[in-house]
Amino acid sequence: MKKIGVTLLLAMWVLAPILGNAAEGESIMIHGGANPAAMPCISCHAADGKGMPSAGFPRLSGLPAPYIEKQLYDFRSGARGNAVMQPIAKALTDEEIKQVAAAYSNRPKVNVNHPNNTNPVLGSGAWIAQRGEWSKNIPECTLCHGPDGVGVGDAFPPLAGQSPMYLESQLNAWKEQKVASTPKSMSSSLPATRRNDPNHLMQHIAGSLTETQIKAVSEYFGSLGDSIEPFDESQHRLR
Amino acid sequence: MKRHSKNLVALLSLLLCAHVFAADKIKMEDQTQIPAAPNKLSGVKYFSPPEDADLQNNAFGDLVRKGEALFVNTKALAPLNVGNEMNCVNCHLDRGRKANSSPMWGAYPMYPAYRKKNNKVNTYAERLQGCFSFSMNGTPPPADGEIILALTAYSYWLSTGAPTAKALPGRGFDEPPPPKGGFDVARGKVVYEKQCVICHGENGEGKKVGVNYVFPPLWGKDSYNWGAGMHRINTAAGFIQHNMPLGRGETLSDIEAWDVAAYVNVHERPQDPRLVEGDIEKTRKRFHADDGVNLYGTTVNGVLIGQGIK
Repeated sequence: MKKIGVTLLLAMWVLAPILGNAAEGESIMIHGGANPAAMPCISCHAADGKGMPSAGFPRLSGLPAPYIEKQLYDFRSGARGNAVMQPIAKALTDEEIKQVAAAYSNRPKVNVNHPNNTNPVLGSGAWIAQRGEWSKNIPECTLCHGPDGVGVGDAFPPLAGQSPMYLESQLNAWKEQKVASTPKSMSSSLPATRRNDPNHLMQHIAGSLTETQIKAVSEYFGSLGDSIEPFDESQHRLR
Repeated sequence: MKRHSKNLVALLSLLLCAHVFAADKIKMEDQTQIPAAPNKLSGVKYFSPPEDADLQNNAFGDLVRKGEALFVNTKALAPLNVGNEMNCVNCHLDRGRKANSSPMWGAYPMYPAYRKKNNKVNTYAERLQGCFSFSMNGTPPPADGEIILALTAYSYWLSTGAPTAKALPGRGFDEPPPPKGGFDVARGKVVYEKQCVICHGENGEGKKVGVNYVFPPLWGKDSYNWGAGMHRINTAAGFIQHNMPLGRGETLSDIEAWDVAAYVNVHERPQDPRLVEGDIEKTRKRFHADDGVNLYGTTVNGVLIGQGIK
């Protein structure tokens, strides 16, 4: 009995820094950061961390911790512009960012309901997702975001099961904003509000997609749904 | 006398069989390319392969679809023939349709082709088998088996309307000219770390989802071997300049493409399966000395390149 107690104590001592981060992070999700301006995450990203799709608040559950950390730092610096998130990211401490990112990455990762094995139809959202439009140098989304858009590594976040409204707003955020009816002397476009894509991989893709394509591909990934089965790393995930 | 000749025939056919058997291991010894693509005149469009919707729903259509599936998920669907973690689509982007990414519509109509170098006529099936031996570091599927048949049907279909035996613009990788002052592995490392690490990883290991690779390994045991066309710096430079980073092709300069191609191809990978008597120098002389620009069998910073990796 004593032996078990010692082992347990030892295990806790070893694991504490890892579990500690996530546990602290769970608390930040519910209560917010030490600074009251760092509002509780759950008010927009929901208690389960799956967001509020119909309001365009994204899912954070299961996203890689380095990805979430990077986004929060980019909100802070303004590399990613967003009226709601920028003040929150500025109010969170570096330590809190680490903790909350760890907590969300510990939550369940999205798993696609029915892996897609059918051939997409030209011009559909599924087509852009699985085939792209190479004549405009648009690779299929799944080439980098993984089969069914489940996400790859720390840099390519999952698109599957994400809020379509969110995906659409992000694709538009990467575009220069066209300003209608400006005098000819002034520039007719504003810089993109999101400029934090590694190696500028997203900017030209977003800029080359049409409005219709953006809507369709966002709907497609949003519609892939989330399986109740946990994500299984030992499975085949075909292109 | 009659008896004698009968024996001779038997002996000859035995020898012939032995020869066929030896050649069976590697169907296409010579990986050098047949004529390169002519330059595309500005304003002229690349050949455009048929659309998916044009494919008939019949036995032929089914075989083409099977070929397409093998083309994109080669490792998963032909695990006995792929010895590493590569898929056809890794080097032939957009399912083998993209110009300057060695599209199938540029390759298929060029075969069969006689090549002085190995003094024989190579069929398209043999060319595909060559990919399995070298780029896939595996065992080529039989020429009359379903895998080669399906990949051939897919290539044939993509070539619908393309002229035969005529090198089309966009064929191959349209290699940029070598830098005037030569390529530089150290400069290539800088390009690699800035542009390539995010997908291919610090050690060229690639990235997976589940058990399948999404971003292919560029060196090491799971990548193409020392006999693959991509081990040539000129070939890799062409692929990289036109196609990398994904969706941002033709943004790297020709020099950057050569440098980063050299950095990738200075790293160890599986041995050339044509290895002559276990000797790197003999293999270099026979297969690499005259094969474009490559580092096999040379010494870089005091290290012999081409030792292979298991």
